[in-house]
Amino acid sequence: MDTLTLATKPTSSDIGVDNVVLRYGTGDNAVLALDGISFHVVPNEFCVIVGPSGCGKSSLLYLVAGLEERTGGMISVGGTPVTEPGPDRGMVFQAYTLFPWLTVAQNVEYGPKRKGMPAAERRAIVEHFLHEVGLAKFANHYPSQLSGGMKQRVAIARALANDPQVLLMDEPFGALDSQTRHSMQKLLLRIWDHSKKTVLFVTHDIDEAILLADRVLVMSGRPGQIKKEIHVDLPRPRSMDLVMEPNFIAMKREILELLKNDEDDDH
Amino acid sequence: METNQPGRSAWKAVTTPFRAVSRPLSITLSVLVWGAVIGGWFALTYSGAVKEMFLPRPESVLSTTISMALDGSLWEHVLASVQVVLIGFVISTIVAVPLGLTMGTYRVVQAALDPLVNFIRYLPVTSFVPLFILWIGIGIEQRVAVIIFGIFFQQLVMIADSARGVQRDLVNAAYTLGTKRGDTVFHIVFPATLPNVLDVLRVTMGWAWTYLVVAELVAARSGLGYISLKAMRGFQVDVIFMAIAMIGILGLCTDQLFRGIRRLVAPWAN
Repeated sequence: MDTLTLATKPTSSDIGVDNVVLRYGTGDNAVLALDGISFHVVPNEFCVIVGPSGCGKSSLLYLVAGLEERTGGMISVGGTPVTEPGPDRGMVFQAYTLFPWLTVAQNVEYGPKRKGMPAAERRAIVEHFLHEVGLAKFANHYPSQLSGGMKQRVAIARALANDPQVLLMDEPFGALDSQTRHSMQKLLLRIWDHSKKTVLFVTHDIDEAILLADRVLVMSGRPGQIKKEIHVDLPRPRSMDLVMEPNFIAMKREILELLKNDEDDDH
Repeated sequence: METNQPGRSAWKAVTTPFRAVSRPLSITLSVLVWGAVIGGWFALTYSGAVKEMFLPRPESVLSTTISMALDGSLWEHVLASVQVVLIGFVISTIVAVPLGLTMGTYRVVQAALDPLVNFIRYLPVTSFVPLFILWIGIGIEQRVAVIIFGIFFQQLVMIADSARGVQRDLVNAAYTLGTKRGDTVFHIVFPATLPNVLDVLRVTMGWAWTYLVVAELVAARSGLGYISLKAMRGFQVDVIFMAIAMIGILGLCTDQLFRGIRRLVAPWAN
């Protein structure tokens, strides 16, 4: 943690989503992807959205990031309305999005460099976050030389190095095998515990949602709506063993039922 | 089983699609093919199957090359051609790279230019030679213009294509890290497409060499295309062969040069 004190103190904001509507296309071809989504994420909260594929959960995250334009409603981060993408909302994508022409260290350094931060400060930040994700030895490697899990660890470090107000994560571990996935979840929880960023995390994996979240928002599809919110009051720090606990299983059953009803509605 | 039959497993290795072959084997194979081509050349000429008027003997091409190299005329022609190709290529590239990247990134630029560019790039270069003479005379500018016309629009289309292929989430990630919209081409599209752009330049450099003879068709006083045209009138088949071989060798050199540049400036893409 020593090196971090060199940089600015980590900050985090709330996320307000109010009656958000997303419609694709016009006329008869119009598809209502999101219909009246409202929720509020408080500073430092770890909030997970879980839902079936195609329910619009990723679109919702892109709206918060400002990467897509909403049809209606209001989104604000730290009280400021979202109108376009910005460095206050860091994001980790499902696809590997490290810049292939930059080394691991240069990738992590990218955001601070855009801000015009002096080189010495940037070096300290890079060192700190690469250490956080356990990749200090790979600073001078190119992304093509890394495994999938390592790439996503660098992506997390890159997002955090920019000191965003909130961290948006779009199924970041979706493409990883289950072993790597578990270790990534553990790593993320540890980093979150250090950085205390507000996190909005999207997944279709129910275990992952309960394990990580303070609060789970269960989404249904077509049109995307929030069906229920579940407060996860499991003690932290959490470990994988929790998945065998009765209250974990009870929550999992509840979410499964909610998603199952959704499927039945479809047919 | 397979360890007992090394010959068989080697056969299996080379007949496996996309399987890499060892460096000695690949060098041996390329030498064998070159040897077969030159050997065939010897066989055709020495057996008398083809008259020397149509196909010169290898050693007469070699001796012509040596005598022209010694009296300095060869280098004069090589230099003249290299100059034309290089100037044309550099001018074309300086405009085509930024314009192509902009075209591939901004749909509005693409909408404006695409129909025109796709029309022009199918026009035969040869038929523009008289027009170039009419417009810009018969100096080196005319020869350079032929090279530019031959490769510029092809470069533009291929570079725009690779810019269009840049992964969207790469640009999205850049935005969430504080990249301004106006900086996207410079900070993301350009580095992301650099390996592709260098490949496009390598390929179009090859095309520039193939347009050389067209460029030196009229009013040239020196150059490899010019001497091969002049040699045609005097049935000096050995000189034609030498000129063609020189163009091939120069093309091969620039090709290797571009591969080297790519390894140097885009080491991540190997």
